[in-house]
Amino acid sequence: MSSIRELQDNIISEFELLADDREATLFYLMELGDKMAPLAEEYKTEDSLIKGCQSKVWLHAEHKDGKVYFLADSNTDITRGLISLLVRILSGQTPDDIINADLDFIEKIGMGQIIGSQRSNGFASMIKQMKLYALGYKTKVNMN
Amino acid sequence: MQKEANTISKSLDIEAIRQQFPVLQRQVNGYPLAYFDNAATTQKPQSVIDALSEYYSSYNANIHRGVHTLAEEATTAFEKTRAASRLLVNARETEEIIFTKGTTESINLVAATYGRAFINKGDEIIITAMEHHSNIVPWQILSEENEAVLKVIPISDSGEISLDEFKQTLSEKTKIVAVCMASNALGTINPVKEIIAAAHVAGAVVLIDAAQALPHMEVDVQALNCDFLAASAHKMYGPTGVGILYGKRHLLEKMPPYQGGGEMIKEVTFAKTTYNDIPYKFEAGTPNIADIIAFKVAIDFITTIGKQQIGAHEDALLARATDGFMLLDHVQLVGTGLNKVSVLSFNIEGTHPFDVGMMLDATGIAVRTGHHCTMPLMDRFGIEGTVRASFAIYNTFDEVDRLINSVKKIADRVRI
Repeated sequence: MSSIRELQDNIISEFELLADDREATLFYLMELGDKMAPLAEEYKTEDSLIKGCQSKVWLHAEHKDGKVYFLADSNTDITRGLISLLVRILSGQTPDDIINADLDFIEKIGMGQIIGSQRSNGFASMIKQMKLYALGYKTKVNMN
Repeated sequence: MQKEANTISKSLDIEAIRQQFPVLQRQVNGYPLAYFDNAATTQKPQSVIDALSEYYSSYNANIHRGVHTLAEEATTAFEKTRAASRLLVNARETEEIIFTKGTTESINLVAATYGRAFINKGDEIIITAMEHHSNIVPWQILSEENEAVLKVIPISDSGEISLDEFKQTLSEKTKIVAVCMASNALGTINPVKEIIAAAHVAGAVVLIDAAQALPHMEVDVQALNCDFLAASAHKMYGPTGVGILYGKRHLLEKMPPYQGGGEMIKEVTFAKTTYNDIPYKFEAGTPNIADIIAFKVAIDFITTIGKQQIGAHEDALLARATDGFMLLDHVQLVGTGLNKVSVLSFNIEGTHPFDVGMMLDATGIAVRTGHHCTMPLMDRFGIEGTVRASFAIYNTFDEVDRLINSVKKIADRVRI
C-alpha cells in the first residue's frame, strides 16, 4: 500500500499533464468516476449522505485489520471523479494516517478553480466525514 | 417560415448589437463567452449601465414631493419609465403600471392584496403544471390562509396544456387564474388569449406571468384583456430589482394596499390613514430609483430594434439549435411544443445536468442547470432537472453551433 504522500504525488503529476485545460480535466474526472468501484444500493442511505454537497454523495466506511476502507458514490459524474481521488488516497490507510493527512493535492491541482466554491465546500465536508470515521474507529479500538 | 425568419435576422447587424454589450467581449476559460442563460437574466447594454451611473453622478435625489431641481429631474426620469412601460405592454393608462422588485413581487402583491380581500373559503385558483415557483407558492399561501382550493392544469409530454382541460376545470367557483405566457423551463407559449376569454366567462380574474414572454414577443394587455400582468426588467436587458405589475384600474382601485409606509399615503393621523391614488398606493417607501430610470433605456433598446426583429432572430437561433440537437444521439429535448420562446431544455442520457453545465462552462458556454424553480414540472417529467440554453438578440449562429458541438462531445462519451 502506497503512502498518502505517494498517492497524492501521483495525482498531482496526473493532473499536471492536463495543465490548464479545464475541459480535459473534467473529462478525466468523469473517467475516474466511471472507474471507481460502485457503492451497493443498500449503502446509499440517508445516513450515508454527506451534508453540504450540491450533488448527492454517499460515503460508506469499513474497518479491517487496523485499516479503514472507504466506498463512495455520487449522482453526478464529475463529483464521482472528485471523490474517487479521496477514496484512492485514504482508503486502506490507518486511522492515524487518515486523521493526520494533509491533503495538499487539492490546492496543487487547482481544484478550487475547477469546481467552484460551492463544490469546494462539499468536498471539505466529505474530507471531514472521512476523518470522523477514522477517528471513530480509532476511539472504538482504543476502548476495546 | 424558418427561411423567412432567417432573412429577417440577416438584415439585423448582430455584431453591432453585440458591441453594445461590454460583457460579451470577455473570455471565459480561454474561450469567447457564449451566454445562453438569458432566461435567468440577460446581459446589459452600455446605455443601461451608463444610465445608472449618470443618475448617481448627476441627479441623485429622492423622488416626488421634492421642490429642488435634482428631485424634479429624478422624478421626471422615474415617471418616464412608467410611461415607457405603459407603451411596452399597451396599457390604457400610465397609472395602471406599478413598479415592484420583479415578477415575483408583482405576483405576491396581487395574491396578498386582491387575493386576501376577495378570495373566500371554497373559492378556486387555477394555475398550470408548468408554473415557476413564483406563480405557485403565493397562491398556495393564499389558499392556506383563506381556505381556497388550488387547481393545477396538467401538461402533455410535449409540455403543452390542453385548453379543453382548462375549460373543464373552470367553474363558477374559479376566482383567479394565474398562468405564464411562456414557460421558463420549457419555452412553451400558452394560448393566454383563449384562457383569459374563457376565465372571464366563468367570472374569474386572470394574472399573466409575462416574465419570459415580454422580452421576446409583443404583449398587449388590452388585446389580451388580462386583469394583471407581471414582468421583470432584468430579463429584458434592464437592471435587476425592477419589475412591473400591470393591473386594470378598477381592480387596483378596489384592492387594499400591499405595504404601509411613505409614498402610499394621502393623509396620516394616529386615528386613521387614507391612501394615495394608484399607482402610488402600491409603492410604499423609496423605490429602486436608479434601476427604474435605467429600465427605460432597456425598453428603448428593445423598441429601437423592434420586438418582431428580436423574435425572428431568436426563433431562427432556436430552430438552428433544435435541428442540431435532433441529430444528436443520447440527447433528449424537454419541451417540444409547437409555439415556443427561445428556450431549449435538454438532457444527455446518463449524465447529470450539473456535469453538462460544468463541461459547457469549460468551453466558455454559459447555460443554466437544475430544476429552474419548477420542481413540480420536473416531477411531471420524472427528471431531476434539465440543462437549459436560452437565446437573446445578441446570440449568434456560430455560438449555437459551438453549443451543438460541445453537447455532442459530452453525449459521445455516453456508453451504449
